Amino acid sequence: MKTPNAVPQAKKKRISYAKWGYIFLLPFTIVFIFFQLVPLVSTIYYSFFKYYRSGLQIIGPIFNGFTNYVDLFKSDMFRYFGNTILLWVIGFIPQILISLLLAAWFTNSRLNLHGLRFFKTVIYLPNLIMASAFAMLFFALFSDIGPVNGSLMNLGITHSQIRFLATVGGVRGLIAFMNFLMWFGNTTILLMAAILGIDPSLYEAAEIDGASSNQMFWSITIPLIKPIMAFVLITSLIGGLQMYDVPQVLTNGTGAPDNTSMTVLMFLNNNMYSKNFGTAGAISTVLFIICAILCLIIYRSMTKTDSMEEKAHKRRHA
Amino acid sequence: MKKGKSALALVAVAAVLASSLVGCKSAPTTSSTAPASSSTPAPAAEGKVLNIWVWNNEFQSRFNDFFPEVKEVAKDLSTTTLKDGTIVKWTINANQGMNYQNKLDAALMSQESTEADKKIDIFLFEADYALKYVNSDFTLDVKKDIGLTDSDLANQYKYTQDITTSKSGALKGVSWQATPGLYVYRRSIAQSVLGTDDPDKVQEQLSTWDKFNSVAATMKDKGYKMLSGYDDSYRVFSNNVSAGWVNGTTVTVDPSIMKWVTQTKDFTDKGYNNKTTLWADGWTKDQQPGSKVFGVFYSTWGINFTLEGNSLAKSVSEGGSEVKGNGIYGDWAVCPGPQNWYWGGTWIAGCKGTDNKTLVKAVMKDLTCDQTIMTNITKKTQDYTNNKAAMDALANSDFKSDFLGGQNHIKLFAAAAPKIDMSKAGPYDQGCNESFQTAFHDYFNGTVTLDKAKANFTTDIKQKYPELTDVKWPA
Repeated sequence: MKTPNAVPQAKKKRISYAKWGYIFLLPFTIVFIFFQLVPLVSTIYYSFFKYYRSGLQIIGPIFNGFTNYVDLFKSDMFRYFGNTILLWVIGFIPQILISLLLAAWFTNSRLNLHGLRFFKTVIYLPNLIMASAFAMLFFALFSDIGPVNGSLMNLGITHSQIRFLATVGGVRGLIAFMNFLMWFGNTTILLMAAILGIDPSLYEAAEIDGASSNQMFWSITIPLIKPIMAFVLITSLIGGLQMYDVPQVLTNGTGAPDNTSMTVLMFLNNNMYSKNFGTAGAISTVLFIICAILCLIIYRSMTKTDSMEEKAHKRRHA
Repeated sequence: MKKGKSALALVAVAAVLASSLVGCKSAPTTSSTAPASSSTPAPAAEGKVLNIWVWNNEFQSRFNDFFPEVKEVAKDLSTTTLKDGTIVKWTINANQGMNYQNKLDAALMSQESTEADKKIDIFLFEADYALKYVNSDFTLDVKKDIGLTDSDLANQYKYTQDITTSKSGALKGVSWQATPGLYVYRRSIAQSVLGTDDPDKVQEQLSTWDKFNSVAATMKDKGYKMLSGYDDSYRVFSNNVSAGWVNGTTVTVDPSIMKWVTQTKDFTDKGYNNKTTLWADGWTKDQQPGSKVFGVFYSTWGINFTLEGNSLAKSVSEGGSEVKGNGIYGDWAVCPGPQNWYWGGTWIAGCKGTDNKTLVKAVMKDLTCDQTIMTNITKKTQDYTNNKAAMDALANSDFKSDFLGGQNHIKLFAAAAPKIDMSKAGPYDQGCNESFQTAFHDYFNGTVTLDKAKANFTTDIKQKYPELTDVKWPA
């Protein structure tokens, strides 16, 4: 009895390792299928239907082909897309510049700054406040009769109220400024990690060769932190495309003035709010495709440099 | 990471909202002293839970303070216990941006499959979207299903019943208030600019829009503003339209509403207002001590629910009292203004599927038909209640409001209430009004042209109501 059993048991044991692998994969797969894949597929599915609520009646779903998409391309969606990108860019440029500068200063052993820990904590703090509360705060601060206007007038800088929230520049500027404030600390810390990862002997060698700080920064630091810069760029771009809470709360969902701060997600939310599942599905699908394309471009450009380096490497060894 | 954050933000915001809601008003735990009416408590066969859906605490406080069957109110105000042990559960969702309607609609659609004690028994709606529910099957017929009689309802203002009468002629909701609007002005400013603060004489100078505009010019010359901002006179114009917002699938913008656009642009460019928007901090500040704004268009509830609190230098919660001398309390008076108008109004409807019909009947009867209770509500809260006999009695009595400098404002309301015409109200009004005001704020601010503002309204309204196809503008 024992001897014949021994062989299958050993076999079983070998199989059971793989089995555990699958069991460990199971929770994620189940959650993914039910909470990601099914909604994703049904979103795309419903985007081909006329499906909304009129008062207390549900209209549809009635199949209507690409009508939702055609209507969508006729609508202001690309304008909102432009708004989103613009709001991201004007927030990201100062963010990356200031972060780079701060990261360079903080890591420069020659400057030997005091209280680094304190500053690192302080610049990260705005990120801990939730975006909606931050936007509410700015809404109150920059209102027509808010404290900012009050102090400006008391200091004699202006004589009449500056209506920040009624001008395009004001609203866009505030949104960009908030995004900048919230994320520059995070970026600084990432870039500092990247700079600290550079081999110090490179700087020592450069110094011995008589390179200036400027030359070292541009020729050593920048090229070597490129991968982290790319990472910062991608995560920030994805976050930027999903920009929602700050402009939504600051403009009370109107994207005022004249829809110039209406982002794509606010547009999507407006359609979801009127229970227009067809159009909302179409917007989501278009957004999904655009995101996929952007990610592909970035991925390609990154792997391309890698493969070029690899080729160069091979050539050298050939 | 981003997602996790926004979820967290949502939870936190919800928590803040919930706590602010709780902090609104301390619970009046004693049962009302108002005499019980002829209605009998619910028999045992009825459900033990009465679910009420509403968007603010106005009806809740009326119910807790004046419904004779109330025994106890929970500390957090979320439930009210009645004398027969029935528990009233309050579900409150904010109104703005169609939030209340969306949540209510979702609940109504699953009403049938919900267990008896979780079904909605009573829900409330306001004028801007009353017809949506009146013409649906979710509201019960007040007479046939609930059992109120014509004689019970005889003293209510007719317009409050007209708007809640369905296409097939069934009465679907009743209200405890009538909401005629007036122009509320500052006595001291009237005295210094117009030479009198007497409501009749001030009214003479404001009786038409032309006169109103010329007074606005005088105010500007003397360093005052006629109105606080853009939305103040909106309701006065939008109530005097010749047709409703939507006909079939076409939105029609009425010439009267375009008059609001013209007037407000003119006021803004000439500096007759402070460029504020409704409910904004600047708008509220213009009703507080130190304000240079002459007046504000308000309806009945606005005077007691909003303006009175705003005008105190030291608020009640800070230990101030509502007497003359505290801020600008007592420096106000009301006059009818250039046009008849109304604003708001809340109706009570019985919901299809309720297991508390007798109790629903008692609530409706006591809180909207009982003359003694109606009189009490007006005396204690200064709200204008929906009972002609009670209001006429107060109008002709020596009732006076200290807040309005001793004026009997009920008299003016009693004159204005019968003139209210809600026949132009429609199911799309909230969305149309909100979108229209938002779109034209940009025009008043000078950010967009008139045509662009019109285009923005068209885009927005179609987004809100996918079934609407086009927008017609007056020539």
